[in-house]
Amino acid sequence: MLRKTLLAAGALAASAASAQAQTEITWWHAMGGALGETVNEISTRFNDSQSDYRIVPIYKGGYEETLTNVIAAFRAGEQPNIVQVFDAGSATIIGAKGAVLPAEDLLNEAGAGFDVTDYIDGVRYMYADASGKMIGMPFNSSTPILYYNEDALKAAGVEAPKTWEEFEEIAPKLVGAGYVPLAQSHMPWIFVENFFSRHNLPFATQNNGYDSAQDVELLLSSTPELQHHFTKLKEWQDAGFFGYYGPGWNDNQQPFETGDVAMWIGSSGSFGGLQQSMKHPFASTYLPYWGSVEGAGGSTFIGGAALFALTGHDAAENKATAAFFEFLTSPEIQYMWHRETGYVPITTAAYEMAKADGYYDEKPSAETGILQLLLPSAEWTKGYRLGFYPQVRDVINRETGKIFSGETSVEDALKTIDEEGDQILARFAKTSG
Amino acid sequence: MKKALFGPSLTPYLLLAPQMAIVAIFFLWPSAEAVRSSFHIEDPFFGTATFVGTDNYVDAVTSSTYGRAARFTALFTVVVSVVSLGIALALAVSADAVLRGRATYKTTLMWVYAIAPPVAGLIGSMLFDQHIGPLKEFAALFGWDMRVGFDYADTAIAMMTVAAWKQIPVNFIFFLSGLQGIPNALKEAASIDCRSPVRRFWTVVFPLLAPTSFFLLIINITYALFETFGVVDVMLKGEPGNNPVTLVYKVFLDGFRGQDLGGSSAQSVILMVAVFLLTVIQFRLIERRVHYA
Repeated sequence: MLRKTLLAAGALAASAASAQAQTEITWWHAMGGALGETVNEISTRFNDSQSDYRIVPIYKGGYEETLTNVIAAFRAGEQPNIVQVFDAGSATIIGAKGAVLPAEDLLNEAGAGFDVTDYIDGVRYMYADASGKMIGMPFNSSTPILYYNEDALKAAGVEAPKTWEEFEEIAPKLVGAGYVPLAQSHMPWIFVENFFSRHNLPFATQNNGYDSAQDVELLLSSTPELQHHFTKLKEWQDAGFFGYYGPGWNDNQQPFETGDVAMWIGSSGSFGGLQQSMKHPFASTYLPYWGSVEGAGGSTFIGGAALFALTGHDAAENKATAAFFEFLTSPEIQYMWHRETGYVPITTAAYEMAKADGYYDEKPSAETGILQLLLPSAEWTKGYRLGFYPQVRDVINRETGKIFSGETSVEDALKTIDEEGDQILARFAKTSG
Repeated sequence: MKKALFGPSLTPYLLLAPQMAIVAIFFLWPSAEAVRSSFHIEDPFFGTATFVGTDNYVDAVTSSTYGRAARFTALFTVVVSVVSLGIALALAVSADAVLRGRATYKTTLMWVYAIAPPVAGLIGSMLFDQHIGPLKEFAALFGWDMRVGFDYADTAIAMMTVAAWKQIPVNFIFFLSGLQGIPNALKEAASIDCRSPVRRFWTVVFPLLAPTSFFLLIINITYALFETFGVVDVMLKGEPGNNPVTLVYKVFLDGFRGQDLGGSSAQSVILMVAVFLLTVIQFRLIERRVHYA
């Protein structure tokens, strides 16, 4: 008995010693369900691909929970090596100076090299600092695109619109064919943030917030193009061209799936789910823009989340993190992630690989998002960097909701968003002293 | 008679210590932390706090959202308490009078109690779904285009309905046991004096139920203020938009979603004070009129 115990202890010690030769790093993520399984698959592949490092992925709940958890862990000095933070929360983590090891530096120092032109246009700057240095490694990335019910468009004898002017022309025909022409699932993301990007207009002062968190002001009410857009949306709602079903994502997606709504704006990653639930054949195209706005029709930027390497770990672990980032951005893994989840690949090489593999012949909708992100970029297509931004989004959702329930005018709503949004941003500015 | 005198001893303090430690660790310390944090704006990651005086309180109270949430919370609390207490009392009085199949009747009324608030919220959001909800279809029969998630009032009604429904069984159990505690002799004496059962109820039975009702009133107000969080969260599907939110839910939104710890702490301190005052008022004003047998 004693001998057995000793043997077992010896074996344990031996295996612990061999494990010590490997550097272990942890990765906290917010991907539940099938997405979580793909995250585990990527980790397993990384662990099998080499013997120096081992990554342990841990699911920490939704985006908000993960961010809250990592903040608590950071304060206790027990932060993971890598954490996934969503787009609207990125200003919080990037704003905490000294909390994050910039992805670009990490890769360069590890000798893996970093070339921003390897990444597709629309993903380069969303998680970068003012100088354009990539801080967070874009992970699950998507962008808003227009899906349309092919039966509906055929019944009305129309083509999918490229511009909102074209939409206005075809909408009565779709109504005539018995459809609600348009719905969308995320007002702040689609009709505010990406509206500014698609029309190459500034969203906030201080270079959309990238230059500084101090004295940032939103530019919603001072942008006539946006005011025009929401005025039109309200007119369309009254005329039955546009259905608004509240701020819930699924409340707006569902009528498209059942065939009541002819066109729906959702995420470029939505096509996988639609293939399961949509009762009619569908296809996708770019997010429409106003042809009347000069310089419009450019790229949108990515939503979703990025991976951030946290400080407070030794050089060996940081090297392991860099090795993982390098592995993650390899075309094979990007293509696998793209195929399994519907999120866009972040590098040109991965996109080329998917194309060469004939993936888009099989699933044309999977390509729309990437092509849209590859559209010409300009000064205001990079994204935004705004603190406490989830609260600002809540204000946008509330006030635009009031427009569509007839409780307020477009002008007042945009003014309120600017006023309350600026207060929130000013509060955030105080966090960095 | 000689009084028994006890010398100073450590024993009572030692015996009290575990309880006091629990109070200190789980109640006093977090409250103190909330108060401290409410006077600061913090960088979430490093906890480097900038002292901002009462800014957080001023910002919270003066924002239009806060006023709106406070008004809704007051209405929500009153409606949920009144409706769930009223229906539970009616059901308890009926159940008390049932002679045959009493156990089945009681059990059926009570089992909703076992449903967790988020599950209740999920059931509610399915029943009230603006596209396929059966209750929406039902409302449509009366020409009511109910759009939960889009329309402020419709969402409010749906949330109140689910929150009240969830609380009825608790109230029912307490009311029923309260009713069964009233001696039969009293009821019989009353029925000799008065023929109207309604009058008998209000003049004899209800005053005897007063201790139970008072206890339930406090429990219900606390429930509506705090424990409905799960119902509200699930029914809003994580996106409040132009829908009503309760103050507790707003504390969560600002603190956990927005990472605005200072602002969120200030709001929870306000809530803490409000609940404290409310309880004091209840005990001062209402309890005086309650007769404990």
